[in-house]
Amino acid sequence: MTRFANPNRFLRWSGRLLPWLAAATILLFGVGLYLALIASPPDYQQGESVRIMYVHVPAAWMALFCYVAMAGAAAVGLIWRHPLADIVAKASAPIGAAFTLLALVTGALWGKPMWGTWWVWDARLTSVLVLFFLYLGYIALNSAFDDPGRGARASAILALVGLVNVPIIKFSVDWWYTLHQPASVIRAGGPAIHPSMLWPLLLMAAAFTCYYLWVLAVRVRGEIVAHKIRALRLRQAYG
Amino acid sequence: MESLVTFVEMGGYGRFVWPAFAVTALVLAGLLVQSLRTLKGREAQLSLLQGSLDRARRRPAGAGR
Repeated sequence: MTRFANPNRFLRWSGRLLPWLAAATILLFGVGLYLALIASPPDYQQGESVRIMYVHVPAAWMALFCYVAMAGAAAVGLIWRHPLADIVAKASAPIGAAFTLLALVTGALWGKPMWGTWWVWDARLTSVLVLFFLYLGYIALNSAFDDPGRGARASAILALVGLVNVPIIKFSVDWWYTLHQPASVIRAGGPAIHPSMLWPLLLMAAAFTCYYLWVLAVRVRGEIVAHKIRALRLRQAYG
Repeated sequence: MESLVTFVEMGGYGRFVWPAFAVTALVLAGLLVQSLRTLKGREAQLSLLQGSLDRARRRPAGAGR
């Protein structure tokens, strides 16, 4: 693992991986969108509005996945002072914030026709809004210091404290009364969703995951290059 | 043509379904383009900086270092 985590090695192997990630993302989105918009059936209760699920649910899953990945990388950076871990955490934050924003916006667009309201202050929606603010707080704190190492440590602590919000989001639909429906894919007793809708959903989720890995690799490379620029500038200034 | 209209209307839910897919496409494409541009810009900056450092090293004035 540490063999691949050296920044220069990362630049080499991620450079070879990038075109494959790009191709997989585009292919999966192509097939996923065809299934989601054309081939899958309308819901017997929700009609065609159910198609919002194919962007809403993957965005919400990735919002949580990204946060756990970010907090995990931040913890590795905090404990073992691994420079690449800090970079991965920092690079994940804007992607996770984008997924969370999409989950909120597409959820509102789905809520209006189905619940009759864009927004309710119930447990699921509010805890996802808190997740969005946690991402924004992480990004702000990470860049608030002149010394990037101090920014990484301070924001890592925020990310770890915010981790408590993840199970709250996951189980909010079971713990409190809410308009939001409970889990229908990852649940005891198997998915409560027909294969004709499950497959498009899983393909879209795979597309979102590949997109995350692609953009993550690009952003991590960008951060590594920024570190190199900073080091060269210091050498230039102090000889 | 008529089937295209039914497709766009989405059984009356078109004004919710299409914005949901459009905002997803916009946000994801926007973040991707911003990430790629930042990387390209920094790579160009790095090679420029490395070039000027190499030139400084070759110059006699910098040879004492």
